[in-house]
Amino acid sequence: MLTIIAESLLQERMFNEIRKAGARGYTITNAEGEGLRQRRVSEILGANIRIETIVSPEVADRLLEVISTEYFERFAVIAYLSTVSVIRGEKYV
Amino acid sequence: MFALGLKGGVELSHSSLAAISGPAFVTILLGCLTPVSAYLVLRKLGKFSIADSAGIAAHYGSVSAVTFIAAQQFVTSVGAPAEGFMPTLLTLLEIPGIQIALAIGAFQMASAAKAAGGTESAQLGRPVKEILHELLTSRSMMLLVGGLVIGTAVGETGWKPVQPVFEGLFKGLLTIFLLEMGLAAGSRLSDLKHAGFFLLAFGMLMPIIHGALGAWLGSLAGLSVGDCTVLAAMASSASYIAAPPAVRMTLPEANPTFYLTAALAITFPFNLLAGIPIYFEIAKRLCA
Repeated sequence: MLTIIAESLLQERMFNEIRKAGARGYTITNAEGEGLRQRRVSEILGANIRIETIVSPEVADRLLEVISTEYFERFAVIAYLSTVSVIRGEKYV
Repeated sequence: MFALGLKGGVELSHSSLAAISGPAFVTILLGCLTPVSAYLVLRKLGKFSIADSAGIAAHYGSVSAVTFIAAQQFVTSVGAPAEGFMPTLLTLLEIPGIQIALAIGAFQMASAAKAAGGTESAQLGRPVKEILHELLTSRSMMLLVGGLVIGTAVGETGWKPVQPVFEGLFKGLLTIFLLEMGLAAGSRLSDLKHAGFFLLAFGMLMPIIHGALGAWLGSLAGLSVGDCTVLAAMASSASYIAAPPAVRMTLPEANPTFYLTAALAITFPFNLLAGIPIYFEIAKRLCA
């Protein structure tokens, strides 16, 4: 499972990247926090979003590749992988 | 935004095309000039980076709807009410503002990168069409333009039933919104020391310059004193709702502290406290 925590205004773009990389779905929740980069840029939108998507290792790699090249440098984004056990495996690959 | 557009659209349905074409023309001109002038001042005089200059300029090219409303209330209270089609002018002023500043930013960065030996497309990151699409379909723009279209279509008869909500409740809700913005501006005051003296001066002087320009162009179009004041207030204002996310997406290299502090903590309060009366004085001397 790949978890991405990003500035909320990146929402649409992240969804596109996730779909393009081949993920079957994702879950999104609101999040707040701080990192090396500090301030919120919008007073109206929420602070951050957390997106979780359960994918195969290949899709995860593709996604991480895109995020690290296009987003890490310029935006407040972090991403991490974890291993999860699921029952209906076919739904995710 | 919606209430603004709706009311403006209803008023627009009363106006003739001839009455609005002159003001519309100068407004679009104004909308194209303000981001450029802001960019040049920031880049050449302030020595800000390309991204920062374009980012801040995008805010000053755009309009603060709240400042617009405050200006409208002001001119009504001093007995020089503005024309009903002002929200239309607000939309016209808003549209070129952000785009032009971002375009300047993108092209300047691309040519700087090329000069440094990189490739042109790498800098922009995303196709121009996509950026333009995102900006034109942003929440604020959709609500404002949507409201305008609906207002024009339904006219006075359609307006009456919903007036209690979009006019009656409006002032109360606006007050709450202003309190929220005040809190946001207040929380940024500590950032002023990071912004530096130039930005502080810029946040107060640039609006006056833009305001004067707005009033002058308004006088050329034959607008009344009230109209000129509102136009000046719009030209001088800096967006802090629509512009920040747009700039963040397209120019992530720009430092948010600069543009947010300038627009929200410096220019916004300045316009409300001193700017609008100043533009009124200027308008009295220039306009009909």
